[in-house]
Amino acid sequence: MAESTFLDSTELVLNMGPQHPSTHGVLRVILKLDGEKITGTECVIGYLHRGVEKIGENRTYAQFAPYVDRMDYVASVSNGLGYCLAVEKLLNVEAPPRAQAVRVILTELNRIASHLVWLGTHALDIGAITPLFYVMREREDALNIFEKYCGARLTTHAFRIGGLQYEIYEEFEKDVKAFCDMFLPKVDEYEELLTENRIWKGRLTNVGILSADECKEYGVTGPMLRAAGVKWDIRKAMPYSGYEKYEFDIPTARNGDTYDRYTVRMQEMRQSARIIRQAVEGIPEGPIMGKVGKVIKPPVGEAYVSIEAPKGELGYYIVSDGSTQPYRVRVRPPSFVNLQALDRMVRGGLVADIVAVIGTLDIVLGEVDR
Amino acid sequence: MADEQKPAAPPAAKPAAPPKPPAVMAAVPWEDDLTGVLKGRFGDRITEFSTYLGQNFLVAAPEAVVPILEFLKLEADFDYLVDVTAVDWPKRPERFDLVYVLYSFSRNQRLRIKTFVGDGVKPATAVLVHLTANWLEREVFDMFGIEFEGHPDMRRILMPEEWQGYPLRKDYSILTQDTQWVQENLGIESGQ
Repeated sequence: MAESTFLDSTELVLNMGPQHPSTHGVLRVILKLDGEKITGTECVIGYLHRGVEKIGENRTYAQFAPYVDRMDYVASVSNGLGYCLAVEKLLNVEAPPRAQAVRVILTELNRIASHLVWLGTHALDIGAITPLFYVMREREDALNIFEKYCGARLTTHAFRIGGLQYEIYEEFEKDVKAFCDMFLPKVDEYEELLTENRIWKGRLTNVGILSADECKEYGVTGPMLRAAGVKWDIRKAMPYSGYEKYEFDIPTARNGDTYDRYTVRMQEMRQSARIIRQAVEGIPEGPIMGKVGKVIKPPVGEAYVSIEAPKGELGYYIVSDGSTQPYRVRVRPPSFVNLQALDRMVRGGLVADIVAVIGTLDIVLGEVDR
Repeated sequence: MADEQKPAAPPAAKPAAPPKPPAVMAAVPWEDDLTGVLKGRFGDRITEFSTYLGQNFLVAAPEAVVPILEFLKLEADFDYLVDVTAVDWPKRPERFDLVYVLYSFSRNQRLRIKTFVGDGVKPATAVLVHLTANWLEREVFDMFGIEFEGHPDMRRILMPEEWQGYPLRKDYSILTQDTQWVQENLGIESGQ
């Protein structure tokens, strides 16, 4: 130790957020610093807490469905799918094949849209401004398809319990195919900008490493788990909504650092486009709604259903007391659980890296706080 | 928000004539290798092995939960604690269901552990077995007021730290708020 300085301390406490552009919303992180080094962090969350689970207990099953869109608002279609599947499980019904195919198409489009937002903002945080404009351009096309399908772009409420409310519009298949054709070369374009870029690599490689064991320990799922080398995707492990019919790979990487998470998500977008192509080729004919009554009243019971959302495992644990309103709706949000690993990922690193790590976590505060 | 009862009223009024379905979950017993091992190891501290809608769960005594979690993690590969949550049943003597959702990567199986705890009872924390329980248990504490014994950081997580009351309890109506906190901190009469 050096002789006592004016401050008489080597630790500096720095408050980051809640209104900080690179925290992607209203996350507040209290940083403990020793010079440039992070010696500890504490996340303060809840600024966006709206009591979604409480609202769920006070709404009917159908009325609650639009609320789930407002958790992870950049992937609202995934949220809706998870909720619909959970209630369908309680009702013991399945959406008809046609509805399942359309659900897969829209959910994968939404995964692309969500990953694009991640890519744009992540690159922006690191200092690469250009990709943001590129990704917003392509995301626009995906959102246009949502808008043409159900009228909404962001909080879509695209699905209904038991299937779909709307039949697909006339040029739906054409639009989706056109999107896939347009999109894959664009991914190459992003990769050209970033993948071998020296600054990009320098800022991301060996930053925020999270090993496979640590991921499991912290319950971290999704692309973050796969970047650490675990080939696990709920779409493959426990297929839902007909995912077993489509051919796709689970991209993985080895080191579990921020660069690996970047490559995994980039490949995931390509895989999503591949799934969409297969799904749109043969949308089966038939009804779009399963046998669900006008009044949704599941028998007494409980179920936990989870899906592979863009951020990781999104689960719904619903308890029914046999009435028209859920007795309890628990949402297992991937962002909330993944954010917990922030401390492990940045401790001992440099203060400049925390921005990269928050970006790579791909959190949406609407889902963290619910 | 204020009219939360209104939309629910019409559907509730309709079904009056048909006989009421049994108000219990129609679960069937669950039996396989794993239940055999668990029975041998924990005996009557696990009171029920059931399956409902193809999902397995077991009901255990509160003090047995953490040993079961540890056993399942080390001996049966249930190495991923998916979720910890609670359900409030105010009329029951043991008021809360505490629910742990587990997953095993190698078996590709999910399993739930349920236990019943009374108001004021402090169940042991699972943080020493699964680190992810840290925030999940804090959220349970925040929303239900269940304190976990031995938790390294038992504070509220989503609600403001000085907030009074536990929002997800059933006796906490959707319009309830900590008026004093709202007035002191937000400078408004009421948040409603």
